[in-house]
Amino acid sequence: MMLLGISAAHPAWNNPYPSQEAGANVMYSSFKERPKHLDPARAYSADEYSFIAQIYEPPLQYHFLRRPYELIPLTARGMPSIRYLDRNQVELANGAATAAIAFSVYEVTINSGIQYQPHPALARDSDGLYRYHQLTEEQVSGVYKLSDLTYSGTRELTAYDYVYQIKRIADPAGHSPIASLMARYIVGFDQFSEVIKTARREAGKAFIDLREYPLSGVSAVDRYTYRVLIKGKYPQFLFWLAMPFFAPMPWEAEKFYAQPGLSEKNITLDWYPVGTGPFYLAENNPNLRMVLVRNPNFHGETYPSDGAAEDKAAGLLQDAGGALPFIDRAVFSLEKEAIPRWNKFLQGYFDDSGISSDSFDQAVRFNAQGDATVTEQMQSKGINLSTAVDLSIYYMGFNMLDDVIGGNGDRARKLRRAIAIAVDFEEFISIFANGRGIPAQGPIPPGIFGARTGRDAINPYVYDWVDGRPKRKSIGSALRLMREAGFVGGVDTNSGIPLSLHFEAVARGPDDQARLNWMRKQFDKLGIQLIVRSTDYNRFRDKMLKGTGQIFFWGWNADYPDPENFLFLLYGPDAKAIHNGENASNYQNPDFDSLFEKMKNMDNSPRRQALIDRMIDIVRRDSPWIWGFHPKSFSLHHGWLRNVKPNLMANNTLKYNRINAEQRRISRQSWNRPVWWPLVAAVALLSISMIPAVVSFRRRQRRAAL
Amino acid sequence: MTAYIVRRFFYAIPILIGVNLLTFILFFVISSPDDVARSQLGDRRVSTEAIESWKADHGYDKPLLYNPSAGGWGKFGDTIFFQKSLRLFVFDFGQSDSGRDIGYDIRQRMWPSLAIAVPTLLLGVLLNITFALVIAFFRATYIDFWSVVLCVVLLSISSLFYIIGGQFLLSKLLHLVPISGYDTGINAIKFLLLPVIIGVIAGVGSGTRWYRTIFLEETEKDYVRTARAKGLQESRVLFVHVLRNALIPILTGLVVILPQLFLGSLITESFFAIPGLGSYTIEGIQSQDFAIVRAMVFLGSLMYIGGLLLTDISYTLVDPRVSLK
Repeated sequence: MMLLGISAAHPAWNNPYPSQEAGANVMYSSFKERPKHLDPARAYSADEYSFIAQIYEPPLQYHFLRRPYELIPLTARGMPSIRYLDRNQVELANGAATAAIAFSVYEVTINSGIQYQPHPALARDSDGLYRYHQLTEEQVSGVYKLSDLTYSGTRELTAYDYVYQIKRIADPAGHSPIASLMARYIVGFDQFSEVIKTARREAGKAFIDLREYPLSGVSAVDRYTYRVLIKGKYPQFLFWLAMPFFAPMPWEAEKFYAQPGLSEKNITLDWYPVGTGPFYLAENNPNLRMVLVRNPNFHGETYPSDGAAEDKAAGLLQDAGGALPFIDRAVFSLEKEAIPRWNKFLQGYFDDSGISSDSFDQAVRFNAQGDATVTEQMQSKGINLSTAVDLSIYYMGFNMLDDVIGGNGDRARKLRRAIAIAVDFEEFISIFANGRGIPAQGPIPPGIFGARTGRDAINPYVYDWVDGRPKRKSIGSALRLMREAGFVGGVDTNSGIPLSLHFEAVARGPDDQARLNWMRKQFDKLGIQLIVRSTDYNRFRDKMLKGTGQIFFWGWNADYPDPENFLFLLYGPDAKAIHNGENASNYQNPDFDSLFEKMKNMDNSPRRQALIDRMIDIVRRDSPWIWGFHPKSFSLHHGWLRNVKPNLMANNTLKYNRINAEQRRISRQSWNRPVWWPLVAAVALLSISMIPAVVSFRRRQRRAAL
Repeated sequence: MTAYIVRRFFYAIPILIGVNLLTFILFFVISSPDDVARSQLGDRRVSTEAIESWKADHGYDKPLLYNPSAGGWGKFGDTIFFQKSLRLFVFDFGQSDSGRDIGYDIRQRMWPSLAIAVPTLLLGVLLNITFALVIAFFRATYIDFWSVVLCVVLLSISSLFYIIGGQFLLSKLLHLVPISGYDTGINAIKFLLLPVIIGVIAGVGSGTRWYRTIFLEETEKDYVRTARAKGLQESRVLFVHVLRNALIPILTGLVVILPQLFLGSLITESFFAIPGLGSYTIEGIQSQDFAIVRAMVFLGSLMYIGGLLLTDISYTLVDPRVSLK
């Protein structure tokens, strides 16, 4: 009560939000970079997904709490049914050999009764005609944002909308980043793209209704069921069905936004989404803020009632069965600079925050066991820390096409393994990542099928298992490998020339310089002179494409939690310099490639694990990468924000968050009472200090007047 | 004067073409059309076909400056430079490479920039002139000496320090204003207070020193001696006679920056999360969006030329001896 009294007496002057929102069920967060695209066919970055994943609903989603990550239905009635066909399109029995499978049929049945968010594109008049599909020039001239159109409407989600969206991915005008990948798998995708390309050339800027053009591999069976015909076996397709690329799109939206004059006002599908999800985008100003509001037509979903073992103790099941979403509104403010962002979080004006390296020591400490926890200052504010190992890897790659460091010869392999021992990534993580990461033992991050744990996990070419934990081999082991490779003290014993290697680095500032100096020291342990070739990202990418680099540092984030999504980074036919794929080190090993081809289409099983073990062993031995590290994400949230659990695959987690708005209001006011006295004192001091000047002024005035 | 303005207008055209050409060359020295396409399509899973298709759709599939395969005028006309530059001269900025309408974005973002720049300029000029006149009044006294020392200290401090220090003091410690953010209409005031105060204080050192120099130079002139000899009060001499005659150099510095006010300030807008134009060019450079860079550089040059012209015109208004022919 006392706190409330104080709060009423001292309203927070530094509150950036309207005072009437103080007790509202609103979540406040920030974003650093404005999203480039909000079109689900185009968006492919975390910045973009943090918005559109709350709006668009693909048929599947990841379970919020269960680990390992598990796919569950979202708009789908159940998991898709999968059938396999031979080359004559005759159905095969379950368990058919992969080689016999020529096609896979994915059939998805969605729930009936799901409605789109209110949107002008769906508004109809009393005759059932679309109100805004024939906008006149005069009507358009009065429209500056979508809400300027008075009427909005909705309609039921159908399977046709999912089919329409897949056609949008195939439409070359949409420039979908996964179009070329999907062309490899979806039957008729390429042909459809060609047909649409021609049709667009003929139609000019006119709207093309994709419904009129069939895509042979994708069709709606009925109002609620659609079917996708995949070439061969591609179990990873299920994961794609959980990404916004495969969210539904009503044809009316494309027709509406294609009208002349709207794109000149940035009213496009790329900026004004139309979805069925728990929220819709009510305010779209990517230069200032984005506001998501509860979708009044949301079909309803409940909070999960089960999860991982520790979730109950963590209070993550208290809302089990509760209707989602819990919050009414989410306000995301653009905050580019770390200092104001961090201070606003400490003032209680953002409910959650990442941790920049500048504020890391203020926020986090490590206990004797090496576990991260919040500092006392954070504890006193009721701030909580969430950590998770990202499904990512940062690695140092060797260009396997290089004459010195590349190739499958014993000499180069030993040289690479020696370097792998010398480059101490434990130290790197400690110095440059504030301890936020774990050294990688291979390409697959922990938490994904195929990654081993404990002693079985270690890379025996770089680590020993000592006292129950991996210990990096001594530099003596690395020097021994160097000698075996024909380099004594870093000098080539054949030619007598000191070994120097080139590191292709993207350097942007002083921080990078420290990192590069550290890298030189690591190579210096072996007597190798590391020549750093700093460049901008364009040139770096160019060198990678041409295969002219020697050593480089790069990373990869998982698209989906499957080992294929990491192991393909070492698959020969994906070599970047040869095939423009994602295998940047251009590693090619026929044994690895053959195992990869077997493994990639298998379901998770002991047999698949055995194949992965063999593949990992091959790449560890060949060492085309120094395995680098898997970063750990650290994030903070206030005690009034509940149901926070890092989920590195799901992006649609806003609906699970709950806010205790009253607790936040009281905390904000007690943390932000205006302090006036220093200002009053400063003014008083200034006034006093001016007295002699005033006296002198008056004296001079009198003197001049005489 | 009309003839002078028309002549200056025609002078501006080759300057704008030159600036545009220079921007074009500098941009494409660093980023090839392929790089531009990749930065828009993302890094992951982008095929060569996707890049070619994006370039074709956005007009980046042509040669940069010279098209040897075209005939006649097409050798120059059927190039990226010509196709992308011509529309600028009718203020059609087109769409950014990420698909947003640039003209619309500029119109939206110029108001927040102006909302900071105009009060900062007006208050700053008022304060600086007042301080400078007071210091000139106390010339050759300890007040003059210590004021100059203070001015040198103030102008030696980085503007970033003022911003971070101001945010720390007024928002974090004293909780008097929001640390950052923006809103429209009357609600914008609470967000503008801090950047405007900081902007004014950050400019006090250099501004006061500059105006003090102008006023002191003016006070050495004969008419000032005459005024004093007639027994006018020192305040009247300074605040009426000296101030009026010092307007020409003051206007020189002020009018030239007036048109550029709406281009905003990168650091201020970035730290205060103000959605102005200051960061627009930088965003364009960072995302390799040539359409934005080109439009903003063109606009910047135009504003600069406009500012110089306005300065010339303003001379005629404050000094009857000056006439433009």
